[in-house]
Amino acid sequence: MRRTIVHAIVRAVAAVPAVISAVVLAALVLVAAPAKAQSQLGVWEVPVTVDQSFEPLPIAIVDFQTADPGLAGQAGDITGVLSADLESTGLFALIPKEAFIESGYRFGAVPNYNDWRVINAAALVTGEVARAPDGRLLVRLRLFDTYAEEEIEALEFAGAPTDWRRFAHKVADSVYTQLTGEGPYFDSRVVFVDETGPKGDRRKRLAVMDMDGANVRYVPGAEGLVLSPRFEPNQQSLLYISYDTGEPQVFLLSLATGQRERLGTFPGMTFAPRFSPDGSRIALSLSQGGNTDIYVMGLAGRQLRRLTSGPGIETSPDFSPDGTQIVYESDQGGRPQLYIMDAAGGGSKRISFGAGSYGTPVWSPKGDLIAFTKILGGRFHIGVMRTDGSEERLLTASFLDEGPTWAPNGRVLMFFRETPGPNGAPAVYSIDVTGRNLRRVPTPNAASDPAWSPLRTD
Amino acid sequence: MKALRLIALTAAAGIALAGCSSTEDEPVGATTPTSGVGTPPPDTIEYFNQVVGDRVFFGTDRHDLDGGAQQTLAQQAQWLTTYGGTTVTIEGHADERGTRAYNLALGARRADSVYRFLVSQGVGSGRLKTVTFGKERPVARCSDESCWSQNRRAVSVVAGAPSS
Repeated sequence: MRRTIVHAIVRAVAAVPAVISAVVLAALVLVAAPAKAQSQLGVWEVPVTVDQSFEPLPIAIVDFQTADPGLAGQAGDITGVLSADLESTGLFALIPKEAFIESGYRFGAVPNYNDWRVINAAALVTGEVARAPDGRLLVRLRLFDTYAEEEIEALEFAGAPTDWRRFAHKVADSVYTQLTGEGPYFDSRVVFVDETGPKGDRRKRLAVMDMDGANVRYVPGAEGLVLSPRFEPNQQSLLYISYDTGEPQVFLLSLATGQRERLGTFPGMTFAPRFSPDGSRIALSLSQGGNTDIYVMGLAGRQLRRLTSGPGIETSPDFSPDGTQIVYESDQGGRPQLYIMDAAGGGSKRISFGAGSYGTPVWSPKGDLIAFTKILGGRFHIGVMRTDGSEERLLTASFLDEGPTWAPNGRVLMFFRETPGPNGAPAVYSIDVTGRNLRRVPTPNAASDPAWSPLRTD
Repeated sequence: MKALRLIALTAAAGIALAGCSSTEDEPVGATTPTSGVGTPPPDTIEYFNQVVGDRVFFGTDRHDLDGGAQQTLAQQAQWLTTYGGTTVTIEGHADERGTRAYNLALGARRADSVYRFLVSQGVGSGRLKTVTFGKERPVARCSDESCWSQNRRAVSVVAGAPSS
């Protein structure tokens, strides 16, 4: 199927070369900035690299239709969420309905392709909503390539009517995947820390939301001073830091039962937890006698295995997607820098060598990149580099940008940005790995420490 | 188990201190100029907080104790060895100019610097515990050095009933 699309896009290039080639470039290729350009920048300049040569791909979305008057509202809602998802990528330009020539298009018919090409629509998204005899909601998608004049996707989703938002996200994932060749990511969630109260005495609560900010649910019992939540890969539980015992300790919380347990009762403070990709192990930092090192704990036996032992601060471990390596930060060389070691310990090698300090490394689910927080010249940046430390690119700059987390497809990052001053507060943002499309993710209150879930499978 | 041990050690420290009460003819905090008006009695936690000084400060990304910090901590140790029956939670804090995880580790380092100094001055280790708050609990809320320098701190939080 993907080959069909790429062919379709390639064929389309002949018709609108500027637009399509830009999309192909943007969606399929990471444009690396020359390292030289970065090193020439002064300390106070913002060395953020953004590929500016890009125009979004024009597409048309026909309002999802239904023969059931009782479903008209839901059909409209699904169209809205689907449109918002695709628009939020920055990769597509949605053509206004007022421009449609074939305004009477009925779902299931062969479109008049020329009418869509005339208004520049490279792709046509159509859909239908119905109710099955057993009460389930049915959502159907048909996606057309107007230049190739062919249907490139036809899908039907069925499930509980209350899950209509997920259907919309799944439809958006299908369209996105077909048109870009990248993996899906809309049908996913984000766990984060909701913050209220004054800067010196914040009340923090764990909350889970859809990746677009909808369906915010607070996690009962996880509040007070709670930090850095992470999803278990199967999304059944959360890891997070709580001060329930008076000092920072890593807790495991079941989302189904709400049960919480402290992980281990060894002396010392624990923080910076991460699940291994298979969910069987946890990497974390343990601080004893002022020295912070990285440990791994098997969830079955709860036995701690020490991986680092130097006098420096070793923290923020994160597993490679295959579980065999761990990227982390250490200040053993002076300022904090990024290192990679074997997940069993040993074989440590430094990968970051730039000015400033580096922290909070997170390994892309695709395995190709490591995202990080960089502090340079009094500014905070979110950046990415290859796993060997090459091709470093800074994507953002502000007073305080921190804590990147990858979308399930490795194409988009979320992080939090805090504003300065007595009334400063954090908010969650997303940005494309190309450095384009910075957006604030809506949250009810101030929000920090976002962690993206894998694609939902339930 | 840990809590029981802490209580036992605290009791032992109290007994040991009972024999040291002759040091009282050298008043605690004598090196700190104090005005008579509104000064709390020496055998109170308020005295420790306000007259002895409950906190020390650190340079950016540093956890070493400068001369001023050592002076404050020497006075803390003197007060603590004079007044048993107290325990201390040493809180390590960082300013907002670092990542959450690094600042938690940095706060732990700072708390430990104070812990080691107090123990070296004769305060029983069983009376002391450390905790890091990283950048979570700033006392000064502006975003420049005048506030950051106040937030890079270790605070000795005394609990219990001071008895000499």
